[in-house]
Amino acid sequence: MLPLAIGAVLAVMLMTWAVVLYNGWVKGRNRAKNAWSQIDVQLKRRHDLIPNLVETVRGFAAHEQETLESVIEARARATAAPDVRSTARAESALGGALGRLMVVAEQYPALQANDNFLALQEELASTENRIGFARQHYNDSVMDYNTAIQSFPANFLSGSFGFTEETHFELTDEAARRTPAVAF
Amino acid sequence: MWEAIESNRRRSWVLVAISGAGLLAFGTLIGLIVDPAFFWVGTLSALGLFFTLWTLAWVGGHRVLLSAAGARRLDSALELPLLFNVSEEMCIAAGLGWRPALYLIEDPAPNAFAVGTSKDDASLAVTSGLLQKLSRDELQGVIAHEIGHLVNRDTHFMTLAGVLLGSIVLLAEVFRRTLLLGGGFVARRRASSRSLSIQTHALLLVAGILAAVLAPVLARALYFACSRKRELLADATAARLTRFPDGLANALEKIALHAAHSRSAGSRVLAPLCIVNPRRAFGEAGWFSTHPPLDLRVAVLRGMSGGAHYGAYEESYRQVSGGRSCLPPSTLASRRALVKREAHLDSSESSTERREAVHAALGRLAGCTTATCLCGVAFRVPPSLALDFVTCPRCGRDNELPLAEHDQPSVPAENRPSVPSVPAQRYVVDEPGWQSFRCRCSKTIHVSPALLAREIVCNTCGRRIEIVRRANLARPRTRSEERRAHASD
Repeated sequence: MLPLAIGAVLAVMLMTWAVVLYNGWVKGRNRAKNAWSQIDVQLKRRHDLIPNLVETVRGFAAHEQETLESVIEARARATAAPDVRSTARAESALGGALGRLMVVAEQYPALQANDNFLALQEELASTENRIGFARQHYNDSVMDYNTAIQSFPANFLSGSFGFTEETHFELTDEAARRTPAVAF
Repeated sequence: MWEAIESNRRRSWVLVAISGAGLLAFGTLIGLIVDPAFFWVGTLSALGLFFTLWTLAWVGGHRVLLSAAGARRLDSALELPLLFNVSEEMCIAAGLGWRPALYLIEDPAPNAFAVGTSKDDASLAVTSGLLQKLSRDELQGVIAHEIGHLVNRDTHFMTLAGVLLGSIVLLAEVFRRTLLLGGGFVARRRASSRSLSIQTHALLLVAGILAAVLAPVLARALYFACSRKRELLADATAARLTRFPDGLANALEKIALHAAHSRSAGSRVLAPLCIVNPRRAFGEAGWFSTHPPLDLRVAVLRGMSGGAHYGAYEESYRQVSGGRSCLPPSTLASRRALVKREAHLDSSESSTERREAVHAALGRLAGCTTATCLCGVAFRVPPSLALDFVTCPRCGRDNELPLAEHDQPSVPAENRPSVPSVPAQRYVVDEPGWQSFRCRCSKTIHVSPALLAREIVCNTCGRRIEIVRRANLARPRTRSEERRAHASD
């Protein structure tokens, strides 16, 4: 009778442990997913800002056609990117193109004095920051989640429940990650 | 980050349980002394006191604090884009999913505080001095510290702890006065009850007096110790969110430097809430200080050589304070190093544009009409001024205040039967940005740069005002544009 009771208590404790672990993993995975959608929101915000920015710059520096076109093209490619890896690549190219545009804009005092442009510049700087912080938060969440499902002894269970590692989001292009020209 | 929240919650509950038990025991003791047969009256009144204070704090605490600080709510991101952007960035970094309401306080001394216990009433108030004196990196550090308080549920916990402290102090006060004024009352009750011997009662009385003297002191010390721990944790969270501890360190130094000029935040009620206690910015921290010493905080932030994670903060704290620990161990579980970032190139601290923007926002919040004299002096004219011109204190010119012109409505009146038939007016907007002018009824009206409507109605007199926007390209340069163009040539 006693061994049976001990066995039952142990089984219940094991079950509880598994349930707590499982719920923790679900929470972690949802956090990572939610964090990912935040990056998307901010990238969308950047895409929405670009047409307005390009038009404003065009008004003062129409003959910088090449730079303007490259920004528009990069934006089109970024919005059309199908998966995570190509999104990262297209977004970093877009960041580079925007950086060049801002360098060009610095040569036009009239543009630098335009209220509309200054407001856009602040919005763009903030958007770059937001993308950076959203990415930071996503990577933090992914790291927490990955640590949780990989650590011993939980790693024996996590695989069988279908919890797999999430990938980090890195902007590969170092120039795009910094976007120094936007910080003014 | 999640570990910090979890561990905070556990610790908070333990603390609240201990203080709550202390409060109940104290109440019961008083009940026993007054009348042993009805000792539960004491317990119940302690409970009642706690719940009354708790309800008051929960329902209106944040509103009382904000209005005591003279904080005005900023409704639109157009009011101060920088503040809204930096706050939004920090909320994203913290994965909050919502942003606290933002408030502005007119005070030349930089400072900030966060109040509110839930998503709906969480509020972040900053002084105008903070926006005018800090660079973007420093502002980010301060906002991250305040967001850290919200994320770590410090506002939540400190409200509860404050209510418990308040109950204990009040109860002790009531008991002391009862003893002083109504000693006879206690004695009479004692004579009438036979359940306790005289010795026991004397013992209880001594215990009661001891408790009445010691409990408030202990509760206070406990409360302030918690407060100091939470400030450190919020600093660590800020470093983690921004990945740039030096930003907050610089900001703390600047805030302490200007704290002497504080106008509103110097009140006793608000001082413990602020990022730097304005009443005692410098000096040693004792048992009853709400914040850790400023030098310590700055030294810890500056000494974070290992990165921006909690572990680096803890390590730096150990080095500065000689081996003591400051963060709960569970926050340090993740040994992963987070790399610090570099300072932003922009050091556009207190640029003229930003100072003007903050000044204008303060004016709008106070309902003032803003006008600029030809000599460059900007005015904020309070709505109570009955004149329609103002004399420039520098050059002596009389400046007419912007006023709506009488005009015939551009659309036939029969198309808008719902609007009362008072004469329509017109105002021509010829500068970008916010506009302010007076209606014919002398009510000040502010026009946001995002307003698309062609016509607005004065909400005091009901007059219609047509808003005419001059074409963007044809407009002359504004004075600030003129100045910027001149500077960049």
